[in-house]
Amino acid sequence: MIEVKNLKRSFGPIVAVDDISFKVEKGEVLGFLGPNGAGKSTAMRMLACFLGPDSGTATISGHDIIKEPVAVRQCIGYLAENAPAYGEMTVASFLNFICDARNIKGDERKKALDRIVKMCSIESVYHQTIETLSKGYCRRVGLAQALIHDPPVLILDEPTDGLDPNQKHEVRQLINKMAKDKCTIISTHILEEVEAVCSRVIIIAHGKILADSTPGQLKEKHKGTLEEVFRKITTKKSA
Amino acid sequence: MNAFLAVFKRELKSYFETPVAYVFLVIFLFFAGYLPFRQGFFAMRQADLTLFFMNLPLLFVFMVPCTAMRLWAEERKSGSIELLLTLPVTIPQAVLGKFFAAWCFLAIALLLTITMPLTVSYLGNPDPGLIVTGYVGAFLMAGGFLAIGGFFSSLTKNQVISFILSVAALAVLVYIGLPTTLNYLSGVAPKGFLDALEKMSIMSHFVSMQKGIITFQDIAYFLLLIVGWIAASIIVLNERKAS
Repeated sequence: MIEVKNLKRSFGPIVAVDDISFKVEKGEVLGFLGPNGAGKSTAMRMLACFLGPDSGTATISGHDIIKEPVAVRQCIGYLAENAPAYGEMTVASFLNFICDARNIKGDERKKALDRIVKMCSIESVYHQTIETLSKGYCRRVGLAQALIHDPPVLILDEPTDGLDPNQKHEVRQLINKMAKDKCTIISTHILEEVEAVCSRVIIIAHGKILADSTPGQLKEKHKGTLEEVFRKITTKKSA
Repeated sequence: MNAFLAVFKRELKSYFETPVAYVFLVIFLFFAGYLPFRQGFFAMRQADLTLFFMNLPLLFVFMVPCTAMRLWAEERKSGSIELLLTLPVTIPQAVLGKFFAAWCFLAIALLLTITMPLTVSYLGNPDPGLIVTGYVGAFLMAGGFLAIGGFFSSLTKNQVISFILSVAALAVLVYIGLPTTLNYLSGVAPKGFLDALEKMSIMSHFVSMQKGIITFQDIAYFLLLIVGWIAASIIVLNERKAS
């Protein structure tokens, strides 16, 4: 459902994403793993049609990111790295705005809101303004915004960043539950998350893909824990 | 509800959910009322609102950038631009939604000055046509200024920079049409150039609306101003979204 072909993007002299290609099918959860500055967020922003690639393209559910950006955004749920939202709005009015923008009306909207509030456990803060929420709740509201229209593709940039262990566990369970019906890409630094949630791993550093395999196969091939594998692959290439 | 309406509705609501809008309205209404009186509004013993309307351009030069500066600069700063532009919204829809919401807000501010014409109508017999065209001119001028302010807001993350640049640009637009400037330049520039400058300034078009004449020329001027600067904002946003 996601097919990436030779995506490339630079910011001035810095090449953030250097000719990456991969495919993700429905039911897979792909983990983007890599050191800081590897190009994970840039790649995800290109897939969400927030940034345009310098060259190369990608198709998501059959829609090209360059030619049909609005159609692409309709079928993805995207959670950006810092879970942005409009601080002065309450959670309720924010989610209503998202429904307006995604054309979810009437009964369908009521059902979607009920479903998502329960799924992301935000009942207790539903009428609070977003700027007063803690980081964990902010991220849950961001997740709610990404899931409310039940998209077939999810692109989540560091979804458990800053959450406490219980919240991390809940979010991972959520991703696992939805995994079989959706095509998911998450980016993360947390290696235990990769083992808990991802069916496939891509290790990126300096904009290039260094490994594309399952967690189990990586550990077997390099004979060590995922952390040792990660260190071996990323430091070897940059040396 | 389509994306343009969603953005429009959200922006308009958000104006009234923060204190900024109310502070702005109070200050705007205070000066809009105070300046004409200082220049002898009732003392002239004439039932017309010319003095009131003639103060609006200068007032708008400072107050419209206050409204416009947060249009895009704040989205960039807080990162919510990444949320907005990954919804199924095109950039033109987002720009137009924000522009019309801000224009609506300024229209509300203008509407609240209705106490001035009401008082004058009670005390005398002003020409209603002049009042209507005066307000139409003020509304169009607000739109034009807003389009320019919105452009400068889309250029930067910093609201203060956007404010200063907008005020400078608007001041130039207003002042190049004033008689003192034209007189000063008449020493160095040919007459054709001066005429062109005068027609480019907002004052000539605004003043003719004050006189009760709404010509196609004036409406076209304001519409071109608005469309042109909005198109410029769209181009800027397409090029540089995150930074």
